[in-house]
Amino acid sequence: MIAELGHFALILALAVACVQGVIPMLGAQLGRLSWMRFADQSAILQFVLVGVSFACLTHAYVTSDFSVVNVVQNSHSAKPMLYKVSGVWGNHEGSMLLWVLILAVFGCAVAMFGRYLPPALKARALAIQALIAVGFYLFILLTSNPFQRMFPPAADGQDLNPLLQDPGLAFHPPMLYLGYVGFSMAFSFAIAALIEGRVDAAWARWVRPWTLAAWCFLTGGIALGSWWAYYELGWGGFWFWDPVENASFMPWLIGTALLHSCVVVEKRDTMKAWTIFLAIVAFSFSLLGTFLVRSGVLTSVHAFATDPERGVFILVLLLIVIGGSFALYAWRAPQLKSTGLFQPISREGALLLNNLLMGTAAGVVLLGTLYPLFIDAISDGQDKISVGAPFFNAVFIPLMTPMVAAMAIGPLLAWKRGDLTRALKTLWIAFVVAFALAIATWSWQSGQSPWGIVGVAIGAWLATGTLIELSERIRLFRIPFSQSLRRLISLPRASWGMTLAHFGLALAVFGVTGAGAWKVESVQTMRPGETVTVSGYDFRFDGAQEKQGPNYLTTEARFTVSRDGDVVTQLFPEKRVYTVRQMPTTEAGIYTMLSGDLYAVVGDSKSDGSYVTRIYFNPLVAWMWIGALTMVMGGVLSLSDRRFRIGAPRRAAAPAGAQPAE
Amino acid sequence: MNRLFYILPLLAFLVIGGYLAIGLTLDPQKLPSMLEGEPVPAFALEALKGRDDKGFANTDLKGEVSLVNVFGSWCVACRVEHPFLMKIKENGWVPIHGIDWREPNREAGPGWLKRHGDPYTLVGDDPKSKAAIAFGVTGAPETFVVDKQGTIRYKHVGPIDEKVWTETLKPLIDHLRGQGG
Repeated sequence: MIAELGHFALILALAVACVQGVIPMLGAQLGRLSWMRFADQSAILQFVLVGVSFACLTHAYVTSDFSVVNVVQNSHSAKPMLYKVSGVWGNHEGSMLLWVLILAVFGCAVAMFGRYLPPALKARALAIQALIAVGFYLFILLTSNPFQRMFPPAADGQDLNPLLQDPGLAFHPPMLYLGYVGFSMAFSFAIAALIEGRVDAAWARWVRPWTLAAWCFLTGGIALGSWWAYYELGWGGFWFWDPVENASFMPWLIGTALLHSCVVVEKRDTMKAWTIFLAIVAFSFSLLGTFLVRSGVLTSVHAFATDPERGVFILVLLLIVIGGSFALYAWRAPQLKSTGLFQPISREGALLLNNLLMGTAAGVVLLGTLYPLFIDAISDGQDKISVGAPFFNAVFIPLMTPMVAAMAIGPLLAWKRGDLTRALKTLWIAFVVAFALAIATWSWQSGQSPWGIVGVAIGAWLATGTLIELSERIRLFRIPFSQSLRRLISLPRASWGMTLAHFGLALAVFGVTGAGAWKVESVQTMRPGETVTVSGYDFRFDGAQEKQGPNYLTTEARFTVSRDGDVVTQLFPEKRVYTVRQMPTTEAGIYTMLSGDLYAVVGDSKSDGSYVTRIYFNPLVAWMWIGALTMVMGGVLSLSDRRFRIGAPRRAAAPAGAQPAE
Repeated sequence: MNRLFYILPLLAFLVIGGYLAIGLTLDPQKLPSMLEGEPVPAFALEALKGRDDKGFANTDLKGEVSLVNVFGSWCVACRVEHPFLMKIKENGWVPIHGIDWREPNREAGPGWLKRHGDPYTLVGDDPKSKAAIAFGVTGAPETFVVDKQGTIRYKHVGPIDEKVWTETLKPLIDHLRGQGG
């Protein structure tokens, strides 16, 4: 009964969304306020209906209702409660339901908090949002109904894919989806602006917080996902350039570009068509990501549920949404007139450079991800190849290096026309620090990859440069310290946000460099009592014992790690076999230090009582997640800036600001 | 020129969309069933405890069209398709041979067949996945259609039900029988 209720609520939501996609749009066109207002109520109603539907599915999981096919396929009565709940979105049907739930949450948020939005813009944006929702409701109801019953009911379920039974992954999909779907808001505003033919500072100020929120979630989601891959897959790495990882990374790159170009639109009334373009692309990549994961066009370690029939549906949806919006773009965007001119060397110029590099990076990732598909199509399915990490590293690192280098300079340039020489003079300390660290790295690592040195240098350059920019802002050492401190406290939160986010990226660069350039790996068979030395740490294998978990059997090994005779820690890597699915998983034993991670994996046992073990030392890797967390904190801080909370947009700059720079 | 610039995204997207469409028609599910059209891989499995057959080997598969069904007592979806396999047997539509895959012990498979009924003509015990790996099995249940020459003609992943039978398996079996092949 409850499952049918959920199904019914979803059908009602579809009906509401259909009306919401039409009436407010017409109202905006005809200037009828009451028709426009309808969008607010229907957005809230949609949220309630999808919420009910989602709650019903959750109920089926929590109570282990094995007459629902979806529950049978993805749950088990012995599964811990956390994974019963996370199992709701740990499968295709449920994750799509989560997708529309989040879409409805965003729509509802705009309806409730968008009081100061121009009514026509709001009505149109919510109508677009509803049309996207219609597509996804139809997708769920027609091809992926999570409420389908089976008769007779199963005695017990088939359990959730054990790889997904992990606290990190319980929260990874919702975060990622909040990011993906968050870009739908920027997209809806962009399409609404194209229909209106007007993009101004007020528009940018409205789009920025939504983009920023989506960006924060996406950053967090990607970081969580890579952390999961790091400790659960047991390969010692955290990023594998897998199609599904790329699918989340591309919207991130474009979203980051969008975030920066929105600033230009808001402050300088230029780069409008470009910003609209980015908003469309960011959401298109989110949709493409969904398509790649769900359709099975690319093989991936992450592809949990693939079905070509669903692929056809999503592809048609993609063609309508993306093709339609690009067609609208081709028609309307040329009419968006920018007023603010700027020189190449200026804040705008630097932000444009950031945009171009981010865009190129996303394009390269897209190319690398779809390359197997192109080859496949040309060779008539004879060759299945995938482009691996070597390609991505070879292209991606050279693209990111100048971008990070420019990131330190950009904030020091003035709007309209900047003084590069002066900015570089201000950054002299950063030069010295980067150079000194590069020399130190060079002398310490003899003849290894040059990227280690480059990574350390640009990381140090960005970190120091960001701090210099902050001290410039508060005029440190040029005015009395107490005044500097007062300036520091009263800095707008948005500027704190930028400082934190840039500094976070510098930290992440250190982490990626350390783990990428100097990872030490050692694979061997060990008997209990034997010791291997990796990077100066002695790993003694104390043996392994079998244990029983709630729904798995595990072989837990123990390593005692010591350095120069002093015990540092004990590691307990496991090899689990989940009894229902008969699927093995590895749980790495990890000890995190700021200088690097001690990482141990236990493999199969041999008849003579020895075990295959893999030991890694991953230098600096923790900084990657510390950096990502810092970036998210920067985003959240910026989001709390009062300018975003006070709805009424301030008038864009005085007339002087609209004057050409020359 | 300027206009053209704004049309570029649309064109680029249409090209990518075209490739995605082609990609969809090249079903990646085909990848593991590359055995289709190939002779059944060589295998020889021991008989299941308590059954009076001599075991199950690839040489048993010549002479008539048959199904090879991979199952296990641990597999819930196998229980779902089981009543339909019984129906096939009762009606004598086509002989089904079984590969009892990855049983935890020698009693589990026979016990399961005793409880739910035994639809199989021959059954091989495959605790170490010897035959399953040769067949490229990715999960249970999985069913192969084998023709009179002992060539694999089709692989079905997941439970067999009325729909799969009437829409896919039965037409294929009729066709293979009609070919005299």
